[in-house]
Amino acid sequence: MSGESRKFEFSPENMERAKAHVAKYPDGRQASAVLPLLDLAQRQNGGWVSRQAMAHIAGLLGMAEIRVYEVATFYTMVNLEPVGKYLIQLCRTTTCWLCGSDELRDACADVLGIGVGESTADGMFTLIEVECLGACVNAPMAQINDDFYEDLSAARLKEILAMLRRGEQPPTGSQSGRQTSAPASGATTLLDSGSA
Amino acid sequence: MLKDSDRVFTNLYGAHDWRLEGARARGAWDGTAALIANGHDWVVDQVKESGLRGRGGAGFPSGLKFSFMPKEADPRRPHYLIVNADESEPGTCKDRDIMRHDPHILIEGCLLAAFAIRAQAAYIYIRGEFFREAQNLQIAIDEAYAAGLIGKNASGSGWDFDLYVHRGAGAYICGEETGLLESLEGKPGRPRLKPPFPAGAGLYGCPSTVNNVETISVVPAILKRGPEWFAGLGRPKNTGNKLFCISGHVNQPCNVEEEMSIPLRELIDKHAGGVRGGWDNLLAVIPGGASVPLLPKSVCDDVLMDFDSLIAEKSGLGTAGVIVMDKSTDVVEAIARLSHFYMHESCGQCTPCREGTGWVYRMMQRMVGGDASVEDIDLLWDVVGQIEGHTICALGDAAAWPVQGLIRHFRDELEQRILARHGIAKDAGAPRAA
Repeated sequence: MSGESRKFEFSPENMERAKAHVAKYPDGRQASAVLPLLDLAQRQNGGWVSRQAMAHIAGLLGMAEIRVYEVATFYTMVNLEPVGKYLIQLCRTTTCWLCGSDELRDACADVLGIGVGESTADGMFTLIEVECLGACVNAPMAQINDDFYEDLSAARLKEILAMLRRGEQPPTGSQSGRQTSAPASGATTLLDSGSA
Repeated sequence: MLKDSDRVFTNLYGAHDWRLEGARARGAWDGTAALIANGHDWVVDQVKESGLRGRGGAGFPSGLKFSFMPKEADPRRPHYLIVNADESEPGTCKDRDIMRHDPHILIEGCLLAAFAIRAQAAYIYIRGEFFREAQNLQIAIDEAYAAGLIGKNASGSGWDFDLYVHRGAGAYICGEETGLLESLEGKPGRPRLKPPFPAGAGLYGCPSTVNNVETISVVPAILKRGPEWFAGLGRPKNTGNKLFCISGHVNQPCNVEEEMSIPLRELIDKHAGGVRGGWDNLLAVIPGGASVPLLPKSVCDDVLMDFDSLIAEKSGLGTAGVIVMDKSTDVVEAIARLSHFYMHESCGQCTPCREGTGWVYRMMQRMVGGDASVEDIDLLWDVVGQIEGHTICALGDAAAWPVQGLIRHFRDELEQRILARHGIAKDAGAPRAA
């Protein structure tokens, strides 16, 4: 694990957020806040959680450091090493695969020159494959940082990556222009009331 | 087909205002206090009479589950309602739409269900990747507090009720109810041995009920429209409305609310634009999320989409995540992908699952290329049977069932690949293991 010497403590704003998380749980059950606090630490620390951050959280929650480490290593969203500014999580499970997720992986290789598990030399992008992200009717899809990009084609993903590289925020959600999870040619239900 | 007037999820696609004002215009938070005035047991009985079965996959009768909770809350052991929003079953993306497009019907359902089981606090455990959905949910919860709908004297009912969102961090196993409870307590999500069941000792050792998002979200409609309305939809023991997610090789993949027991073919043809290339181009369907065995086209022709019809076909309704595969599909690879999924998501505490899911995936990879012997198919069948039923939680079963479905319905395909790999025509006899 890199960055061993980096000191970590929550910023004043994040300390307030951490306290608000702890307050959600009964007295003496503050360990319940360990995942929210790991998430806060990861955001503050540029996308990954250092041993120092885990030690800080352990101290705040009155947990043994090893318990925080045990949690951090169990959950896939906790990054134990630095990642690029944009973490690309490509869904590889059956529905996305049926709809062309392999082509998205190849598109990333084309424009970024990296394979799964690798980062670009400039620190902009890290590419990983993940299991089902729960947007199957909008397959294939990828999550980039906090946002889902759905109904992707290889060409559209390349455009999105180019926009991110230029510092632009691409539109999130469906890239085919349809209304979220509705059929592409329009809803088949609630037509009389004009809703759905 | 479900009538528009029977629909519960009237903002499923987010075409309208998802916040409090919009939700109220669609009927949310209407008369909530009056429902609560009927008492805890009335709510439980109404849900029992509706025939509602859990929408998270197992299909357990929801009212019965509520009734397992103690009748008196011991102040030293408060009751908890836990909402399972960990939606991670491959093929499933329905709870996401409820949380981002109609969070108030879930929140109202939380109040009513919590009241039914005498819980004054509830946690919604949402998968960590649903970051935007968790944001919408939190905004809606804040609105509900500000409007007095939840919190002290929630909705003026006299019942105090607090509701919290808890984000997970990427672990399918946290959708298993006791894995979820472990995670909520700040530990790795390793499922617990049962008994004790959560109603006896759940979150923090206190009586708890864990329910899926969709299950909780239909409770207000059941109480407002009456259990006979809900029970009048679908078939006996398979009642109500249902959200279906239709993905894969269809012309128009979508989520849709339909009546329980709708024929699979009608569901696909009416809402998803039909199978790509036409119905005769259908190879197979996984009808209820990755964990249930696939159905070959011959079964898909007339099977009904409900719990009991699909069990009769040795599959299941599961989460109603319908994954459609046309004849261009490498069905062995499609199932091998699921084997990879279970290998990745096994929590590792039970040996049959920890070791078995990896072995099954490696064998499935070989099956994709036919790099096996015909006896290996029987060995694979035997090994998945050794996993099934021999683990603490149902992940072991879920890893076994897709492979069993593949062997049951596509054994010929597996054999042909093996024979082709060995350069043997099918009628010339199979290669035998050395």
